[in-house]
Amino acid sequence: MTTIAIPPGMPQYDDVPRYDVAAVRADFPILDREVNGHPLVYLDSANTSHKPRQVLDVLAEHYARHNANVSRSVHTLGTEATEAYEGARAKVAAFVNAPSVDEVVFTKNSTEAINIVAYAFSNASLRADADPRLRLGPGDEIVISEMEHHSNIVPWQLLAERTGATLRWFPVTDNGRLDESGLTDLVNERTKIVSLVHMSNILGTVNATSRITARVREVEALLLLDCSQSVPHMPIDVVDLDADFIVFTGHKMCAPTGIGVLWGRTELLAAMPPVFGGGSMIETVTMGGSTYAAPPARFEAGTPPIAEAVALGAAVDYLTGIGMRSIQWHEKQLTAYALDALGGVPGLRIFGPEVPVGRGGTISFALGDVHPHDVGQVLDSLGVQVRVGHHCARPVCTRFGVPATTRASFYLYTTTEEIDALVAGLEQVRKVFA
Amino acid sequence: MQLDSLYQEIILDHYKHPHGRGLRDAADPADRVGEAHHVNPTCGDEVTVRVATDGATLHDVSYDGMGCSISQASASVLHELLTGRGATEAFEVHEAFVALMSGRGQVTPDEDVLGDGVAFEGVARYPARVKCALLPWMAFKDAAARAGVGASPTEVKA
Repeated sequence: MTTIAIPPGMPQYDDVPRYDVAAVRADFPILDREVNGHPLVYLDSANTSHKPRQVLDVLAEHYARHNANVSRSVHTLGTEATEAYEGARAKVAAFVNAPSVDEVVFTKNSTEAINIVAYAFSNASLRADADPRLRLGPGDEIVISEMEHHSNIVPWQLLAERTGATLRWFPVTDNGRLDESGLTDLVNERTKIVSLVHMSNILGTVNATSRITARVREVEALLLLDCSQSVPHMPIDVVDLDADFIVFTGHKMCAPTGIGVLWGRTELLAAMPPVFGGGSMIETVTMGGSTYAAPPARFEAGTPPIAEAVALGAAVDYLTGIGMRSIQWHEKQLTAYALDALGGVPGLRIFGPEVPVGRGGTISFALGDVHPHDVGQVLDSLGVQVRVGHHCARPVCTRFGVPATTRASFYLYTTTEEIDALVAGLEQVRKVFA
Repeated sequence: MQLDSLYQEIILDHYKHPHGRGLRDAADPADRVGEAHHVNPTCGDEVTVRVATDGATLHDVSYDGMGCSISQASASVLHELLTGRGATEAFEVHEAFVALMSGRGQVTPDEDVLGDGVAFEGVARYPARVKCALLPWMAFKDAAARAGVGASPTEVKA
């Protein structure tokens, strides 16, 4: 099997950022456990990542020592909790190079973040005095792609239904890349928003967005990037990406569930009407009406997931400590190794790019005509945890003519030995279903 | 984990060599025919079951579908067990199969009632797979109701 690893002693060895994977694994308590009598081989990080002790400790410490509600208390605990919560916001802002801390809105997850944008459009469309960029009606167009997660399809379908706007989408090529050949027709003067996945959760494809961004600017539309699968795995710089909104979720990047992020440009967030009403999002309330707080508070009604946000801050510290470039390189090596290893399994078909370029460490495949549920079940009996099904991206399965796929996905703690265990497990699957 | 308890030979055999597969028209034009299409939204498995009956006897239980070994073998067993049965008896078998699958491995199946269906005893210990095994049986229930036998359709996904 070939890898793209550079052996020690070669002049290029030091050009590549690297870290001690064994030491990283020691930070994740769950990686010690066994599953069905075998060492855990966790290849489902695109679904959710594991959490290092450094994050778990911060979560426990917050509840044990600093628990209080935020943004409404004068007492010491309330002040500590607020500082921790806002400190986490600053860490997240720095992590994606946001020009301002106030551009980071905490949400429950990426799904909620996308829905907030979609409903802000919806609410703006009902008001004649709203920012025209956010107003949608019949004749206006929303553009997505065929490789989206359901969370970046359904909110836009619903928005189109509510406003009479038309939903259009980029197709996907046979190689699992975004088909940009119709770009100038698809993104046009009628387009109000383009919402695209940055890295596909099923194909692993990382979309090069610069041509699309240029076209979006030309027609004065807005661009949202779903970075749920990219922010955890590579350095992301919102200024460099030149998007208007990005969304991502904590649980895929070593943080707890229940905390996600909507990043938006200051002036856009300021132009957006509120979506959820309640405490914390107001300026003043009378029985006759209310005025609203400035972003990000405007979009954070009610008591937020405080400890989860603080733990997300700890996860950002943890990932930054290892280095996002190092993590990206580690996963690139794993992906090259896995594509090569899986390519040697008889009857295996990969969906998505088959070269480790313009793709991340998430690989979907079919093994002959064995159903993915059966593949996953046999692998589980050997301790190998993969995801099977349509991965909340059913249009991609339809595009490639399969009801479901088996998906292996990697992260900073994944090893080549685990990929070997996957390949050995697939041999077992072939035996059972021969 | 004993993978063999899940993938018993009988199940793999029904999967590789399904019995009575394919949707068929009623042989007797006087029969009432009901059909139901069910999907498992989490994995995309699909099955269509068609029941032809004179109201007393199920003359044919035909099916088509795509999915995992458990769901497709279950459809094959469903066809084998229920075709030609009296409606009342068929629903007793249905009830026994549902009870077996809901039993979390604590229910001992009666081979006289369930025939090859006893092979699914092991599946009941895998909560994620129970709905695979039940998919054709739930479609059968709706199809039968549409043909005028059994309960009214519950979860209709045409």
